[in-house]
Amino acid sequence: MNGKPLVSIISAGMSKFGKQEGLLGREIFGQAASEAFGRCPKLDPKKEVKAMFIGHMGESYEHQGHMGSTIADWIGLRGIAATRVEAACGSSGVALRTGIYAVLSGLSDVVIVGGVEKMTHRTTAEVTEYLAMAADYPFEQFHGITFPGLFAMMATAHMHSYGTTEQQIGKVAVKNHHHGTLNPKAQIQKEVPLETVMASKYVAWPLKLYDCSLITDGASCIILTKPELAKKYTDQPVHIIGSGQATDAIGLYERQSFTSLQSTKLAASAAYEMAQVKPDQVDLAEVHDCFTIAELITYEDLGFCKVGEGGKLIDSGNTKLGGLIPVNTSGGLKAKGHPVGATGTAQAYEVYLQLTDQAEKRQVKDAQVGLSHNVGGSGATASVHIYRRDQ
Amino acid sequence: MSALEPFTIEQFYKFLGQCKLMAGKCQKCGKIHLPPRPLCDNCFSTDFEWVNVSGKGKLLTYTVINIAPAQFQALIPYAVGIVQLENGVKIPGMIQGVTQEQLKIGMELTLDFGTCNTTQQWPQWQRYCFKP
Repeated sequence: MNGKPLVSIISAGMSKFGKQEGLLGREIFGQAASEAFGRCPKLDPKKEVKAMFIGHMGESYEHQGHMGSTIADWIGLRGIAATRVEAACGSSGVALRTGIYAVLSGLSDVVIVGGVEKMTHRTTAEVTEYLAMAADYPFEQFHGITFPGLFAMMATAHMHSYGTTEQQIGKVAVKNHHHGTLNPKAQIQKEVPLETVMASKYVAWPLKLYDCSLITDGASCIILTKPELAKKYTDQPVHIIGSGQATDAIGLYERQSFTSLQSTKLAASAAYEMAQVKPDQVDLAEVHDCFTIAELITYEDLGFCKVGEGGKLIDSGNTKLGGLIPVNTSGGLKAKGHPVGATGTAQAYEVYLQLTDQAEKRQVKDAQVGLSHNVGGSGATASVHIYRRDQ
Repeated sequence: MSALEPFTIEQFYKFLGQCKLMAGKCQKCGKIHLPPRPLCDNCFSTDFEWVNVSGKGKLLTYTVINIAPAQFQALIPYAVGIVQLENGVKIPGMIQGVTQEQLKIGMELTLDFGTCNTTQQWPQWQRYCFKP
C-alpha cells in the first residue's frame, strides 16, 4: 500500500441508473455532473476544469456521435477540451486512464472523466445488435455470434475445464442483486433467489436471463486533480495509486484461453505493481460482471482466488458484503445496471463512496484500498484501477 | 495458388465461395494466419503465400443462442462454437446438423461451404458453417 498517488479524486457524481424515460444522454449526464459539482463547492468548474474525457460506446442508441463536445456544452463547460473515449463497455474505464494521462502530463490540473449511455428506448434486438458491434465483425458478428454468446462460450469452457456449475455461476446474480437492494441508485433493488435465476430462460446456453446484466440509462463522472492540489478542494480526497490498461485479440477465437482474460491479467499486474498492493490487501472491488460468469473469471484473473476456483469463492460467501473481499457492493452491472459507456466511472464512483465512508447501508467497514475493473467487449480491452483512502 | 490475390479477409471469403479454405502463410517465420493479416503478428513480415487448410477439426467450446439480432432471428435457437482445425488454428462459426444434446467439447466437426445470402448489403461473403 505504499504506492504514491498518481492523481486524486476530489468529487464524484452518478445519475440514477435505470429507465430514464424521455431524457437524452446529455440530460442524464447533467444529473451526474450536478451531483459532482455540488459535492465540491470549493471548485469553480468554469474557471478550473480544463479538460473532460467521456466514455460513450455507440452513436446508434441516440443517433448522436460527438459526445465529448455534446456533454461539455450541456453541463455548462463550453470551451473546454472535451474528448469522447470509446472502448465498448470499457469506455469510461479507459476515459479514467486517459484523464490520468492528462493530469500527469501537466497539461490539465483539473479534469472530469465520465461516461454516459442511453439504451432503454431501444428494443432488446436492437441493443443486442449494437452491443455486438464491440465484437469482431467478420468472424463473430457475421456468423450470428452475440455478446451473451461469447461469454456463454467462456462459461461452457470454464464448466468443462474446472467443473464450475450453472448454480455457482447463478449465485453471482443472487449476491449482486442482494447488494442492489442496498443501493438507492440501482436499477433493480429487490432480492432475486437462486431458484428464480435457475428458472429464467436461456439467452445463450448455459447463460440465462438472470446471468445477464441490464439494459440501462445512466451517467457517471469523477473529478481528478494532482495529489498536491487535492486538499484545496476537499478534506476527503481518494487517491488513485495504480492504473493498468491492456488489450487482447478482438476475436475470442484467437485468444490463448477461453477461461481467463489476458487483458485483465496484464492490466491488473501493472496496477498492482504501480500501487505496491497485493490482491489480499484489496478491501473491496467493483468488477465487470456484464455476465455472471465474467465475475467468477475476474476473481481468478485478479488473484482473489486460484485459477479454476472462482466457483468455490462465490460458494464461500467471501465476496458478499461482510465477507473477506466484498465484490460489487454497488450491485454491479447485474443489479445497479450497465449503461455501457458509463460503467467504468460508475465503478470508480462506488469505490470513492466506500473510501470516504459515504456508502451508507452497504459501507465496507475500515476500507482502505479499493479496486475497479472495467472490460470492453469480450475482453479485447481491460482497465484496472487501485484506490487508497486519504491518510 | 496465385500470389497475386491480396491477403485480405475479403479474399479469404472469396476463396470460400470457390469451396476453398485458404490461409496466409508467413514466408519468413512460417506462421499460418487464418484469417490472413496485413502483417505477420509474430515477425511483422508482409511476405505471405496462400496455403490450403484442412476443414477438419475439434470443437473447443460452444453455446446455443436464443436471443439474436434481427438478421438471425429466423434461425433461433442456433449453435455456434470455436473449432480448432487440424493445423492448430481456431475459427468460430455456426454448427449445423446437431441437436443441443449432441454437442460436446472435443467432438469432430468439418467446415461446410455454405451459401451466400442474397442481400444487396455489404458484405457479400459466403457464410460457412461446421457440421459433424
